[in-house]
Amino acid sequence: MLPEALAAMASELSQPGNASSLHSSGRRARRVVEESREELAAALGARPHEVVFTAGGTEADNLAVKGLFWQRRDEDGNRRRILASAVEHHAVLDPLVWLAERDGAEVVWLPVDTLGRLDVGALRAEIDRHADSIAFVTVMWANNEVGTIQPIGEVVDAAREHGIPVHSDAVQAAGSLAVDFEASGLDAMTMSGHKLGGPVGAGALLLRRGIELTPVIHGGGQERGVRSGTLDAPAVRALAVATAAAAARRPDESLRLAGLRDDLVDGVLASVPDAVLQGDPDPAGRLPGNAHLTFAGCEGDSLLYLLDARGVECSTGSACQAGVPQPSHVLKAMGLDDETARGALRFSLGHTSTASDVDALVDAIGPVVERARTAGLARVAR
Amino acid sequence: MRVLAAMSGGVDSAVAAARTAAAGHEVVGVHLALSRNPGTSRSGARGCCTIEDAHDARRAADILGIPFYVWDLADQFSEAVIDDFVAEYAAGRTPNPCVRCNEKIKFSALLDKAIALGFDALATGHYARVLPGDDGTPQLHRALDDTKDQSYVLAVLTPDRLSRAVFPLGDAPDKAAVRAEAEARGMRLAAKPDSHDICFVPDGDTRTWLGARIPSRPGAIKGTDGEVLGTHHGAAGFTVGQRRGLRLERPSPDGSARYVLDVSTSDNTVTVGSAEDLVTDVVAGEKPTWCGPAASVGDELVAQVQAHGRGVGCVVEQVDPHLVVRVPDGLRAVAPGQTVVLYDGTRVVGSATVASRSPAVSRA
Repeated sequence: MLPEALAAMASELSQPGNASSLHSSGRRARRVVEESREELAAALGARPHEVVFTAGGTEADNLAVKGLFWQRRDEDGNRRRILASAVEHHAVLDPLVWLAERDGAEVVWLPVDTLGRLDVGALRAEIDRHADSIAFVTVMWANNEVGTIQPIGEVVDAAREHGIPVHSDAVQAAGSLAVDFEASGLDAMTMSGHKLGGPVGAGALLLRRGIELTPVIHGGGQERGVRSGTLDAPAVRALAVATAAAAARRPDESLRLAGLRDDLVDGVLASVPDAVLQGDPDPAGRLPGNAHLTFAGCEGDSLLYLLDARGVECSTGSACQAGVPQPSHVLKAMGLDDETARGALRFSLGHTSTASDVDALVDAIGPVVERARTAGLARVAR
Repeated sequence: MRVLAAMSGGVDSAVAAARTAAAGHEVVGVHLALSRNPGTSRSGARGCCTIEDAHDARRAADILGIPFYVWDLADQFSEAVIDDFVAEYAAGRTPNPCVRCNEKIKFSALLDKAIALGFDALATGHYARVLPGDDGTPQLHRALDDTKDQSYVLAVLTPDRLSRAVFPLGDAPDKAAVRAEAEARGMRLAAKPDSHDICFVPDGDTRTWLGARIPSRPGAIKGTDGEVLGTHHGAAGFTVGQRRGLRLERPSPDGSARYVLDVSTSDNTVTVGSAEDLVTDVVAGEKPTWCGPAASVGDELVAQVQAHGRGVGCVVEQVDPHLVVRVPDGLRAVAPGQTVVLYDGTRVVGSATVASRSPAVSRA
């Protein structure tokens, strides 16, 4: 967490008060929440009234996906079709699959190119064919695995002509890219605290005025009745402080991270010439702190272990629950085969990352890949 | 040493990892993901592969303060163990999947990967001992606790593999002591039930599980003289030594029980006979592997054909290319596909896969 967010949270934790209560400590908490709402809205180009606080990005995505589907379907039983990119985060993907399996939704997975970028032509074609039966469109702002930035403006243009609402999971983008909710034209947008230096378990759904959705969580009617539950004032405060701080630092910080990222990619490719940078090779087309590389003949878990042992923390980028890693749906959608996808590593740089972190990785990666290849061969030979 | 500790999520492998770390080695824990569709929680005394087991293994590693990873060996396991298990039963044989898993997965795919990644050895929770022989080479021995001894399922390990194996529980006095040790280390899994069944058969009903995977058609149950005594729903559903479920139309002349002597899936025939017919005094095994120096013709050893069976005295009659041992006191219900393991005292000499049919059937 950013130090200022941590300090704000700690200070608020020592204060009593339920923001829904009318007594004086309740009023105090209410004021903290509303000031936070205004601060967060300002940082993301939204109006305060458009901010719905949630317990993180996954909840906000569920609220957007299920809430929009139920609302639109109930208004018009014909609207059961949902258009989504094939590279959505599981917080969007899994609710969509659930709606399709349990609730009559028809999900159309829109293809991406080899860089992971949405095929806008396919979106337009789908809208032209089925404008009257589409409930909404959801396309993430930037991909969490390969970092590719999606053409949100084009998506909004295509949908707006037909009055179709658009949701975007901007968890990766908020704090890393210039995100202006108002200017984006989006109807709903998800953000999360822990990706921009705020607390884990705090996030928000930005919901354009006039967009109705059916609540997922029912109760005391907080947050315009869209999301019931006593507000976590300390988390909300820290979320707003972190979001504002990240927005203020973003222009410089993005340049710094992109510089580190470019050094990382150059250094890795110099040590391992046959490594492949996945996603958009144009730095302007990807998240500044993201480098996603595949190493032929290696298994991601071998690389992960060997790098971890050398103090470098990264991610294989594959969904892994009990521990059975499945090939990434993002890499599959980009056309990578399973064998290539197995050798994928994602390096994420953030506000604590330094040039010496990058140097440590660049020093380690050559021998690590060499060893992981031996292990990969051992596996194949068995 | 840098030691990779295989951690199933059970108490044995957790304590094995703990003992390895306590001995001063640099230990990394690994849980093997062996199932493509893991169940979400355990049901009774099942083996491995559930999300809960992976979680328990991770918690044990947390408590030990060692790094922990999950490695995906599901494809290799499916091919080398599960497919082999089904194919063996489909061929009328009786395989031991734990032996196959140790041979092909734990001490092959996993150990090879560990070595390639820079580890010196693999530690598991097996109850067995590796002791140095007179010349210093490692030998595989039975565990101190005879009731928990698992040397049988490890008898496929060659000297090269044994030199990389660490079995920290081999000298544990008993299972209760291992549980107490887990408890003392604050491991919540200390009270988990033992696993006995085949880990990839979720509800423990192996027959039904196999029935869903092996096509069956009705066929004849015959006596040793070739006389048809009844019908069955599929030969692969029977195991040598089986007595129940034969539903014979005609009792034996003297009213004594009849047992399955032979399962032939090629002609879909099950042959039954008396308890005496079930006893063999010669056991032949294919593809012998030796845990140290090979046995010699004339050696007087002990042969064991089941993981928890008792060994009987035998004399080695042939070692190459096949293993043949004579068992003067006879062995009951030896099924093709089983592993015959030879012991010299507590030392495991080697093993082979049983090939021959019951002599009573061969005569028929």
